[in-house]
Amino acid sequence: MTAVAQAPAPVKPADPERSPAARRRRRVPYLLLFPGLAWLLIFFVAPMIYQASTSVQTGSLEKGFKVTWHFATYTDALTEYYPHFLRSVLYAGSATALCLLIGYPLAYTIAFRAGRWRNVLLVLVIAPFFTSFLIRTLAWKTILSDGGPVVSGLDTLGLLDLTSSIGLTEGHRVLATPLAVVCGLTYNFLPFMILPLYTSLERIDPRLHEASGDLYAKPLTTFRKVTFPLSMPGVVAGTLLTFIPATGDYINAELLGTTNQKMVGNVIQSQFLRVLDYPTAAALSFILMAVILVMVTLYIRKAGTEELV
Amino acid sequence: MPVVNWIRRHLVVIAGALALAYLILPNVVVMVFSFNNPTGRFNYEWQAFSTDAWTNPCGVADMCDSLSLSLQIAVYATVGATVLGAMIAFALARYRFRGKGATNMLIFLPMAMPEVVMAASLGTLFLNMRIPFGFWTILIAHIMFCLSFVVTAVKARVMSMDPRLEQAAQDLYATPAQTFFRVTLPLAAPGIASGALLAFALSFDDFIITNFNAGSTVTFPMFVWGSAQRGTPVQINVIGTAMFVVAVLCVLVGQVLGSKRKARA
Repeated sequence: MTAVAQAPAPVKPADPERSPAARRRRRVPYLLLFPGLAWLLIFFVAPMIYQASTSVQTGSLEKGFKVTWHFATYTDALTEYYPHFLRSVLYAGSATALCLLIGYPLAYTIAFRAGRWRNVLLVLVIAPFFTSFLIRTLAWKTILSDGGPVVSGLDTLGLLDLTSSIGLTEGHRVLATPLAVVCGLTYNFLPFMILPLYTSLERIDPRLHEASGDLYAKPLTTFRKVTFPLSMPGVVAGTLLTFIPATGDYINAELLGTTNQKMVGNVIQSQFLRVLDYPTAAALSFILMAVILVMVTLYIRKAGTEELV
Repeated sequence: MPVVNWIRRHLVVIAGALALAYLILPNVVVMVFSFNNPTGRFNYEWQAFSTDAWTNPCGVADMCDSLSLSLQIAVYATVGATVLGAMIAFALARYRFRGKGATNMLIFLPMAMPEVVMAASLGTLFLNMRIPFGFWTILIAHIMFCLSFVVTAVKARVMSMDPRLEQAAQDLYATPAQTFFRVTLPLAAPGIASGALLAFALSFDDFIITNFNAGSTVTFPMFVWGSAQRGTPVQINVIGTAMFVVAVLCVLVGQVLGSKRKARA
């Protein structure tokens, strides 16, 4: 207790940047990042680079592949499979538009009209996920089966003639047509549209609607000038979350379509797993990535939203 | 015309209900067809009511093995992705360091890339490194693509936490370890839990990446895929329905418990 009486010795203020504790603290984020980032670098980035080199290799599985800067793989792949690319973009684009069209009213209902049912409805939107999506996609084979209630209903209404005339369906069936594939894609990615839409709609102050109404805006004008612009971040996030995976999908085309509805994903899968032509599979993946990148960039420019993801 | 007026006023809700029906319909079909007694190899057309599949869910060769393999992989992948992802999330949310922008980009990319591209490139790497496809390659791939989703979920939670709580703990002489385990971690737990749940669901239900990296190993989605070609046993619908019912029950129980707790507070 003698120290109490003494005047405190002038302690040299430690440089907070140089003390061992500070240095240890500065190392912490890198230690936290290291294992996870290493995992991504080894199993995500490295394969991409490897894939790039594979796409310009030639050879066979028995003799091995060598880098020969064979860029013709790209042009060959494009000339042979451009219908598949076209189909991928077309089907995924239609599915995304349909998702927005179908998903918006539901997200709007949950955000503004559901009251205390809000959580129940949200659970119902996510609930289908609990059953494996392959089983659910197979269920569409039953729903759209020839002569089933859905198909005969559409047929009686004359809608199938309409879709047949624009090449969406063939004759009196839906299964094994582009419509079936688009329907499956729309179904599978709908929750990815609804959830971001809901998140951005839910943030809108309902008083803005009242204010708009007080200023003599009709409900439709309120929607067009207030609600929709404010939900733009959700629209952009939702369309991206739908369009990107839908473009690369091959499950719906395989299960609900025929060889005439095959998408790029189907080609990549069969080149990789059946034909064992790895350079072509690699080139196709890179072209697919480039197509998506260009479309997404153009879209974000056009939609012009600052808040992403 | 009161009916027309009513429809006009509730147009959005009606459209919303139809959208919900579109979402739920396949689940209903799966459930109904789990009681089917199909005559052929495929379970696409209604024949007769039967509970055979429910009383004998593992009656199909290899299906329950694939199911338990999927569960195993999902558990390991969840643990791996959650640990690695939560660490990255803490670093991103609580520290300043060089290369943060690049790290964010690296986390974002796997979520923005079509699965088939990732799947094919990882598969090519394994193939050329002569790593045999199987359990381990599936697990590695699953941890890789689940990681980003965990980071996003945990980061959102940690960012919304008040940093002053941790400062207060330190002011009260808690060591950094004590602060972390008694303040930061409990506060971040909901984010970690939702990240882990997401990882589990993604891993358990993954098909595309598994398809390219499994070799001859069969997970449950791979089994369903194969059965679409060979013949779909009713038991697939039983498993689908059972998972659906169990999960919905869990959510409902959680909701009820949560609202009770809120009512008490």
